[in-house]
Amino acid sequence: MAKETALELRNISKSFGKVAANKNINLTVYKNEILSLLGENGSGKTTLMNMISGIYFPDEGEIFVGGQPAVIASPKDAFKYKIGMIHQHFKLVETFTAAQNIILGIKEKFNLKLVNSRVREIAEKYGFDIDPKKKVHEMSVSEKQTVEIIKVLYRGANILILDEPTAVLTPQEIEKLFAVLRKMRDDGKSIIIITHKLNEVMEISDRVSILRKGEYIGTVNTSETNEKQLTEMMVGKKITLEINRAEVEHTRPLLEIRDLSIKADDGNVAIKNVNFYIRGGEILGVAGIAGCGQKELCEAIAGLRKIEKGFIMHKGESIVGIPPKQIIEKGISMSFIPEDRLGMGLAPSFSITDNMMLKTYGDGKTPFVNRKTARAKAEALIAKLDIVTPSTETPVRRLSGGNVQKVLVGREIEAGPNVIVTAYPVRGLDINSAYAIYDILNEQKKNGVGILFVGEDLDVMLALCDKIMVLCHGEVMGIVHASKVTKEELGLMMTGAVNLTVEQKEKNFGIAKDSNLTEDEWLNAANEMNGGDDDDENRKN
Amino acid sequence: MKIERTKNEPLFHISKNENMTRWKALLVRVGGVFAALVIIGVMSVILIKQNPFKIYATLVTGAFIDVWTLLKDTAVLLIFGLAVIPAFKMKFWNMGANGQVLIGCLVAIACMKFLTDKLPDWLIIVLMIITSILAGIIWAVIPAIFKAFFGTNETLFTLMMNYIALGLVAYFSFAWDPRGSGNLGIVNLMTHHGWFPNIGNKYVLVIIVAVIIDIFMFVYMKYTKHGFEVSLVGESVNTAKYVGINVKKVIIRTLILSGAICGIMGAIFAGSLEHTVNTSICGSKGFTAILVAWLANFDPLVMVFTSFFVVFLNTGAINVSTVFQLKSTDYANIVIGIIFFCIIGCEFFIRYKIKPSQRMHDILAGIKKKSHKGKEGK
Repeated sequence: MAKETALELRNISKSFGKVAANKNINLTVYKNEILSLLGENGSGKTTLMNMISGIYFPDEGEIFVGGQPAVIASPKDAFKYKIGMIHQHFKLVETFTAAQNIILGIKEKFNLKLVNSRVREIAEKYGFDIDPKKKVHEMSVSEKQTVEIIKVLYRGANILILDEPTAVLTPQEIEKLFAVLRKMRDDGKSIIIITHKLNEVMEISDRVSILRKGEYIGTVNTSETNEKQLTEMMVGKKITLEINRAEVEHTRPLLEIRDLSIKADDGNVAIKNVNFYIRGGEILGVAGIAGCGQKELCEAIAGLRKIEKGFIMHKGESIVGIPPKQIIEKGISMSFIPEDRLGMGLAPSFSITDNMMLKTYGDGKTPFVNRKTARAKAEALIAKLDIVTPSTETPVRRLSGGNVQKVLVGREIEAGPNVIVTAYPVRGLDINSAYAIYDILNEQKKNGVGILFVGEDLDVMLALCDKIMVLCHGEVMGIVHASKVTKEELGLMMTGAVNLTVEQKEKNFGIAKDSNLTEDEWLNAANEMNGGDDDDENRKN
Repeated sequence: MKIERTKNEPLFHISKNENMTRWKALLVRVGGVFAALVIIGVMSVILIKQNPFKIYATLVTGAFIDVWTLLKDTAVLLIFGLAVIPAFKMKFWNMGANGQVLIGCLVAIACMKFLTDKLPDWLIIVLMIITSILAGIIWAVIPAIFKAFFGTNETLFTLMMNYIALGLVAYFSFAWDPRGSGNLGIVNLMTHHGWFPNIGNKYVLVIIVAVIIDIFMFVYMKYTKHGFEVSLVGESVNTAKYVGINVKKVIIRTLILSGAICGIMGAIFAGSLEHTVNTSICGSKGFTAILVAWLANFDPLVMVFTSFFVVFLNTGAINVSTVFQLKSTDYANIVIGIIFFCIIGCEFFIRYKIKPSQRMHDILAGIKKKSHKGKEGK
């Protein structure tokens, strides 16, 4: 079958300042095809896609759509050429309905009935599940994504670009999305999908194009390649895909959490009656769909969020209600990497030196900060973790994502904590940087530190963690040994389809047998907290 | 195959310029001033039909007619600026420097007026300074408390506090004036009670105070734990909370500092510079100080130069109006506006790089070709 070219890029280059984001990229996408765009962070995938969708304009090179030269200087131009991009972070109006969002920006007469029926038509054609009248803020993440995709299809896009569409989805939702994508492909659309996950690349795409450090490395047919080869093309040298799970003697529980309930900012329940504990020398993974209460849990442990009820015991002492500073001094370190990576834990325009002393600037009796020590620490960290930076005085916002995260994780470990709570420490990192972080965590585990690891990638969690706690809507669905569970089982628990705490009630999930407190002491604590209501009775049962 | 570039391609590429050297940046700024002078020259010829070089000369000489006044005005503006920067660094937009100074001045004048002959002179002066600082602090800390605990908008709140201070001053200038003219006049003109001692002349004191506060603020912001906390709160409230900083405390503490500096300024107005209080004492200095602070990027040392520059321009421009017998100061204001526009505008050229795009090159090449062909045709 002769392939019809849908989109062709020739010698596309783009630089920002002196940084070349794309150098002479050639890329061809055919009709009836799903093309994966693979590359480490900072390899220029998003820049390239932004040029196709009209957000950036290439410095050099030419774009052809359907064989004809095209000039795409704005997203409007992109639509003209029937190119649509689904961004990683959705751009939807929360208070509008799906249909309203879909027609936003289209210059045509506003006829909601017609829109609704057309949306339904598209949905039926490709197998989407959508209610056009539902408001966006009532939607789940995958529903929002559906709206984004239909928005693009509604405008008649033939070339769809999806930027990391699976990052926020459960395994089941990913399956559904892939089924839809395949249908669209068979309907004659061209789809470019950006992803980090090799197994998904293998599953969904027909061909894979690889970028490395802004350069085009090559394109291979998915059927003729394997994950090892792709990884090699992506990072340029052979790396082992296995994460070593260090086997370490566990200590008694360092952090014990019982009956914890927390409310989210909007007043809804974020965490509900959660029990778990972390031992020294152990990595406890927390799996769950985005927004299932991980953030609130981390903030509560760090003392940044009030809890509704329950206990957080550190070495047998309650840390509920004490100021964040004292929690830090007890050796509990929390690092949460939010979506923008810089939101909490680092001050973007501060130098590396100043960021090193964020938690320790108050040390010493003089009214002055001690930059000398901090600078020495920064230098040591740069050397130890291979942080790429012009100097210790460079603002961290100028560093690349991986190096920013190394600074954050490195500082937390430098402080010598005994409990590390870390959420998404490898978010958006390329493979090499991610492995550097895993190594750091494993090393800490060997030193007897207890680690709570909130992660996204189930493969990584299965390899790295000792145990995995699965949350769904703020409730524990089960705590399982990572070596005895499969990804599918985790996925089912994440969506709430399987709840081990109900099915295996006798197991008493999250209650340590060798707790630092005797059962009587727990009861006393409970009595002190709420005047002895029937809460503790529930726990006994 | 070369494709046709459509009119959609932008003519210029604008990109961030991260490696601008200090020298180059300075050169761009000098270029900005030069551009301003050219525009002013053209304006002068068109609007007031004067030789632009005469105008420049008048501007410069005018500023230096009275060097002491120039220095005093610089010092006063600098103190106003130093009072706002800790709050600004914290992204607390304190628009209330005027009110804080005014209320300080008012209570200091009250001390002068009502304690004279009752207490020894030195005690009056001490009381003036203390009460003035306290008043400044109260005026600054009320919006801070509301911001810290209730999340109110500090910009509006501090502005409103200005009007309250203005109102109080207006009221008391009537209430305390036996003639009821609403003009207090010089207080203790005969006795000099509560007047701060003259060092050389009455301008030296404010200059010394400005220098001391400037150095203090430089060290405070750059080297102290407090300064570190202030920058961190300004950078990210979330991060500040995360490292265990009590953000409310920092906001209130910093505004106490701001208010105290304003209070000192008020005391100096009362005891050293004006010996009276009225609604126009501060003029628009509290707002000009914001410009001074931004121009210097909140650096207390650079602010010495920016405040001097602003005062220099103001004085010079007023002199232009006088010398050329312009009926109002409007022309002077136009001149100042043009200069600021160019100086602030050239920041864009320091932060960004502008490169002609391929289409621009094509267009230029096309023009060359045409003119070339045209010549050949002849």
